[in-house]
Amino acid sequence: MNHWIVANLWLIPAIPLAAALSILCLNSSRGKGAAALAVLGQIVALVMAVIAFVPTLQAPGWRAFHNFTWFTFGEQALRIGWVLDPLAAAMLVMITLVGLCIFVFSVGYMADDKNFTRFFAYLSFFSAAMLGVVIANSLLLLFVCWELVGLASYLLIGFWIDKPSAAAAAKKAFITTRIGDIGFFLGILWLYSGSGTLLFYDNGHGCLENAGLLLLGASATFVALLIFCGAVGKSGQFPLHVWLPDAMEGPTPVSALIHAATMVAAGVFLVARVYPLFSAGAIDGVTPSLTVVVSIGVITAVMAALIALAQFDIKRILAYSTVSQLGLMMVSLGVGGVAAGIMHLIAHGFFKALLFLGAGSVIHGCDHEQDIRKMGGLRWLMPVTFLTYAIGMMNLSGVPFFFSGGWTKEEILQATTHWHVSHLPHYLMLVGVVLTALYMTRQMIYVFFGNKRAASTHAHESPRVMTMPLMMLAGCSIVLSIALTPAWPWLHSYLNGEPAHFHIARLIQPMLFVSLALVAAGIGLGWLIYRNVAETDPVEQAQPALFHFLESKMWLDELYDWTVIGLSKMAARLSDWMDRNVWDGLVRAFAGLGQFFGIFSADFDERGINAGVDEATGGTRGLGRLMSALHSGQIQTYLRAAAVSVLALLILYAWLT
Amino acid sequence: MNNAAFLVIAIVTLAGALAAATLPKLIHAALCLIVAFVGLAAFFFFLGAEFVGLVQLFVYVGAVAVLIVFTILLTRRDVGKPDKFNWGGIVVAVAVFGGLLWAILKTPSVAIAAAQIPPLTVKRIGEVLLTNYVWPLQCVGLLLTAALIGALVLVMEEKRR
Amino acid sequence: MTTLSILLVISAALFCIGLLAALSRRHAIFILIGIELMLAAANLNFVAFWRFGPEPQTPTGVMVAIFSIAIAAAEVAVGLALVISVYRHYRTTNVDRLNQLKG
Repeated sequence: MNHWIVANLWLIPAIPLAAALSILCLNSSRGKGAAALAVLGQIVALVMAVIAFVPTLQAPGWRAFHNFTWFTFGEQALRIGWVLDPLAAAMLVMITLVGLCIFVFSVGYMADDKNFTRFFAYLSFFSAAMLGVVIANSLLLLFVCWELVGLASYLLIGFWIDKPSAAAAAKKAFITTRIGDIGFFLGILWLYSGSGTLLFYDNGHGCLENAGLLLLGASATFVALLIFCGAVGKSGQFPLHVWLPDAMEGPTPVSALIHAATMVAAGVFLVARVYPLFSAGAIDGVTPSLTVVVSIGVITAVMAALIALAQFDIKRILAYSTVSQLGLMMVSLGVGGVAAGIMHLIAHGFFKALLFLGAGSVIHGCDHEQDIRKMGGLRWLMPVTFLTYAIGMMNLSGVPFFFSGGWTKEEILQATTHWHVSHLPHYLMLVGVVLTALYMTRQMIYVFFGNKRAASTHAHESPRVMTMPLMMLAGCSIVLSIALTPAWPWLHSYLNGEPAHFHIARLIQPMLFVSLALVAAGIGLGWLIYRNVAETDPVEQAQPALFHFLESKMWLDELYDWTVIGLSKMAARLSDWMDRNVWDGLVRAFAGLGQFFGIFSADFDERGINAGVDEATGGTRGLGRLMSALHSGQIQTYLRAAAVSVLALLILYAWLT
Repeated sequence: MNNAAFLVIAIVTLAGALAAATLPKLIHAALCLIVAFVGLAAFFFFLGAEFVGLVQLFVYVGAVAVLIVFTILLTRRDVGKPDKFNWGGIVVAVAVFGGLLWAILKTPSVAIAAAQIPPLTVKRIGEVLLTNYVWPLQCVGLLLTAALIGALVLVMEEKRR
Repeated sequence: MTTLSILLVISAALFCIGLLAALSRRHAIFILIGIELMLAAANLNFVAFWRFGPEPQTPTGVMVAIFSIAIAAAEVAVGLALVISVYRHYRTTNVDRLNQLKG
């Protein structure tokens, strides 16, 4: 049963990590060596991931783990370990494969950058951290890798450190996700105090197994919600989604990595991993925590899709589409369609990486122009990019049959119909499908159709090293669709731990026609609205106020500026004011009182009173001077204080015994 | 070893240390420090830890003292002036000594005679060092390397642009 | 007085002489010398306790002393390097004048 790969699963993240460390030791002029090392590390990790994938095929629901004691303090032993199950194996393959394509693409995209080696070191590190999240069998190990993912994203979003906006975006990403992580950490503490273990699976004693869940009891809801805070931050869910679009300041391959394979996938993965905590004590598959997940997901999905309609930056549109798709996945997890959510996550990993890399190729071809209003007519100039991008767009819009995104989206829609609490999420998701098709059509028309505009006159197709990964990813997303059809739902059964059966009849079902009609409506509507698009947006002409509202991202950034940031600034200003006016005023009032008293009794005894007041103020001043003298900056004074304290302790001891 | 030798070693060590701590000229102090360290090494020999005594000689007398003298040379312009002595420190130091003395004399369990043990050979130390203490040994190696590089980086002349 | 307690008294004296140097001298090098003396006193304690302790067969105290000497060597190398770079920067090694952290 226990394959050797289970005990050595740590090698999968360790190899990219080793690659990252050895690249850091390279001289910055060794760009080729750095790229070769990073790509090689990723290839080895991919091979290992495939090897790890094989044993999970043996039997449905196969799961193996390897736990060991990390260290012992007192009577408590802290144990960590790794787990291999269908969820982890599928994610491993997806991350390494998508990562590999992105790495190869970066070789072309970043060729002119002077910090080429540093970039590949960070990329490898990022991938290693994410692989660590996936294999962790302990919430603590997962949290450690989770934070490493955060660090890597900070380093990469702010990769162009001399660009102030990039530095600000990196900071924003780090701090915003940190807000969620506080909740996550509290959840970990609560879970440990409740169940006494942080291991997921431990022969019946893990926190996700029945014994652990019984120990937790009703507090599982709160633990799940706290952990969900972390997922909200990482996966860019409302209200912590604001960092994701700003993360576009990083180089495009980084955006691809963040949005497809690593960072944002971590949040969805986390919810899927600790799903038993969410569903503990479910009645008809509904728990309070899952309802929260659904609500957050619905809000995020619809809001982000609306905002995406009014963006002009090619990468920002994709960023909001990611936010929206992540919301969709959360909804799917929340209504009980765990397999559907993870399937969409995996399919999304492929086609979103494809779209981002395609966008990178467009940006590269248009001399780093990102405004879609300045592009246009690129379909003849960049044929490969156009074709692959179109495949990505079909996937994202949810066109069924040949595109994996279509099948998974249909699966999610199907899952929402089974939710008993309300049908609202189902209808809102249908609206989301139309919106997605609409904004992707808009983007396609702006970028690839119509007349050439300012930036596209000198556009050229990207080199082979960049188009190859595009074709590879496009191929993957099409091939993957075979394993996703309702006729042969292999991936679904694999993730759910059931055997897969072939039924051609299941291919035809009502939801297929519904989603087909919706996608067709979205694309057709988009074609109608945007077919003669020019520099200004048709929607902007028709509804300027609404458009402006969406374009400025529903003013959420400004709202946070006014509320959260404004509040803390206000608190600071208040304490400043208190300090200046109230406390200072009190002191002045006392001094004034003394003065008044002194003057009043001047003829009575001028000298005595005056001297007294002088003495008092002098005393205060002397006390202040004494206090500041404590901080003399003299190392010897501190040392002496330490020695005297030791003596005092000794005397105390002698006195007590 | 008899009591007279013990007494002589103690007096030499403490006198050397006292001189190292109080002499106004830094170079004299450094030389007296060597005397104190040699005395300490003699203590180690006396206690049957010959290897530690040798290490003490090599490291302190051979390397640390020379390093201190070199530093004195490198910062000579400042060091030439005799050092002002701060008397406040004496009170604290004497008080700490009093406290320690009280603690030593009050503890009854230190009144034990030495047991007879087989001499501690270098072979035995080597064995222990490479079995039970191999990780600390590696860590110390790493630390020394880091200290070496760190010291070099600290004293490196900054590049003029 | 047994040999052990005499050794402990000597070690305490050595420690306090080191403390004296570290507390009352103004040159940074003197402070380092004082720290070295204190470390040496601690080493003497380790070896003495090993020799007179209950288990003189296992050379634990000796090992600690050896490691402590190695670490002291590293410390003094870095410390002296700091003294040199401080001297380059401020043209002095007088710790009274190194009061950037004064409150």
